[in-house]
Amino acid sequence: MTDDTNIQGIPAPEGEADLIETDYDIGQDNVEGQVGPFGFDIHNPVFLISGLSIVAFVVYALLAPTQAGDFFGWLRPALTSNFDWFFLMSANIFVLFCLALIVLPVGRVRLGGAEATPDYSYPGWFAMLFAAGMGIGLMFFGVLEPAYYFGTPWGDAPLGTVRPFTEEGALVAANVEEARRMALAATSYHWALHPWAIYAVVALALALFTYNKGLPLTIRSAFYPLLGDRVWGWWGHVIDTLAVFATLFGLATSLGFGAQQANAGLEYIYGIPISITAQVILIVAITAVALISVLRGLDGGVKRLSELNMILAFALLLFVLFTAGAATILTEFGRGIVAYAQEVVPLSNPFGREDTGYMQGWTAFYWAWWISWSPFVGMFIARVSRGRTVREFITCVLIIPSLVCVLWMAVFGGAAINDMIANTTESAVYANVIAAYSPELSLFAMLESLPLASITSTLGIILVIVFFVTSSDSGSLVIDTITAGGKIDAPVPQRIFWCTFEGLVAIALLIGGGLAALQAMVISTGLPFTVVLLLLCYAIWRGLRAEQA
Amino acid sequence: MFTHIMVPVDLAHADRLTRALEAAADLAKSHDARITYVGVTAPQPGQAARSPEDFADKLAQFAATQAEAMGIAETGTHPIISHDPSVELDRALKEAADSLGADLIVMGSHIPRAFDLKSHGGHLAQMTDRSILLIRDPQS
Repeated sequence: MTDDTNIQGIPAPEGEADLIETDYDIGQDNVEGQVGPFGFDIHNPVFLISGLSIVAFVVYALLAPTQAGDFFGWLRPALTSNFDWFFLMSANIFVLFCLALIVLPVGRVRLGGAEATPDYSYPGWFAMLFAAGMGIGLMFFGVLEPAYYFGTPWGDAPLGTVRPFTEEGALVAANVEEARRMALAATSYHWALHPWAIYAVVALALALFTYNKGLPLTIRSAFYPLLGDRVWGWWGHVIDTLAVFATLFGLATSLGFGAQQANAGLEYIYGIPISITAQVILIVAITAVALISVLRGLDGGVKRLSELNMILAFALLLFVLFTAGAATILTEFGRGIVAYAQEVVPLSNPFGREDTGYMQGWTAFYWAWWISWSPFVGMFIARVSRGRTVREFITCVLIIPSLVCVLWMAVFGGAAINDMIANTTESAVYANVIAAYSPELSLFAMLESLPLASITSTLGIILVIVFFVTSSDSGSLVIDTITAGGKIDAPVPQRIFWCTFEGLVAIALLIGGGLAALQAMVISTGLPFTVVLLLLCYAIWRGLRAEQA
Repeated sequence: MFTHIMVPVDLAHADRLTRALEAAADLAKSHDARITYVGVTAPQPGQAARSPEDFADKLAQFAATQAEAMGIAETGTHPIISHDPSVELDRALKEAADSLGADLIVMGSHIPRAFDLKSHGGHLAQMTDRSILLIRDPQS
């Protein structure tokens, strides 16, 4: 074999593992056949039910946009403000659970059997973790969030941060340091341990029950310790359908909003007018590149694109770091870590808080958001993580991405804050984040304060687009696997179908309205999924204990 | 003329390969060649097996059954793990043929249909300089 990271002969057994005895044969519920030139191999009934219910919801959003908008527009904030304590408590539990797995003896269990070797090298693995897990959010919120907390014009300051500006926009020098420290800590809180712990729980559950227990790679398998053979019946169908639903709508609505943001960026930089046509062209282009990527496969498409993405993002990070003053910003990174360590406990405390604007409007929203994405990201992480020990897995999925996120926020947020301190109301960041709230322009406003803005802004737009492609292609693979009953080798036209379907849903919602309503619906699935994730912690624990015995 | 015949096997659908398996066995006997059965699996559990180890065992059992039923003197197996078999199958088979040094590949193939997207056998023939014998099964 020529490339040892891609295709390997299996010279030796993979070692002891503790397969679950079940009478279920993978593919036994599948329907295989041919429609014209296209072969298919789909799970009955998950494929049909999820496909049809997605169409039904799109039609509902298009036919009754006001009603759908009102309902989901009410539902999401209602959930995040009434269940804020539940989201915060649960996320804390996930972090503690993951940290415990690093130190406990069960951390020695290897995913894929005692002698399994990792499928991917570290760089390729990290690139895929990041591109699927956060990518686009880093581009969107990297400047917005720190700058917003720093300025805090509307009073939802985390933990009652002091304000560095007067109402007229004049700098209050005495408050700058504290406001800056708190802005970085409060942003890092949303991007470091907690979100990655959410992903790690889902990913670990799926990897464990797939590689060590021999169950199909689909969400229902993680429920085997709780539901037993019932997971192969309607319980499992509902779980898998919900996962497909959240993944496809999550991707499609983000794609729709992403096209609007990219269009706003193109207008800001090149004066290309904002229009539905431009946005539809962007969606078609993103979907086309994602299609090429899924057709080239996991190694030839998705992994390479993720690596390219990482290189571009790292280049932009280095550029901002050095042009915005490496010395200050690296100090900032150090301070960011210290501030995060100091503030993570008070910020994660769900009770007796006075900063409800921050806790409900930002934290609970984020937790619901990460959790609604966790079936997709978790399943993708599981697919590429065979051969790692649990300890290595958690360290690499929890600790290292957390550090990278804190660094990213310190660099992008630090540069934006530097600009606001130096130029106060004259700064483009101040104008687009504090004076007027145009979140989609925050990154470009920050880049404007640095040299070569036209080049770096173009790179920024390219990165936004490529990050969408890497979400779209990995999402299509995940949906395809779930709707094929956990089969990895389903016919290629199926993944073409899901990738195209996602683009079409995005276009329909963009033209007909309803993006916001359905995105609110996806985030609302975060609440039931939180209960699911808590159950998964128990399933993981039982699965790992059995592995050790 | 041939000393080493490679036979790609889809363990989940081995029943569709009867004619190809017979043809390979006949050729092996008349040319005094060995047969290596090659199977490609994903690292995840699949229809044919629940782990790569299980897959390797099942492929070995399959080869043993063939050797006995068809009276083939020398058989071997070569299980391959691929991250994305739907897409990487042809390349995996090409690399297997190269590393095994097979001088003939015998594989089953369906009858061409209008608008066929891709034939694995046809694609493999384009990629490799080895001889390929495609056996069509009227039932498939």
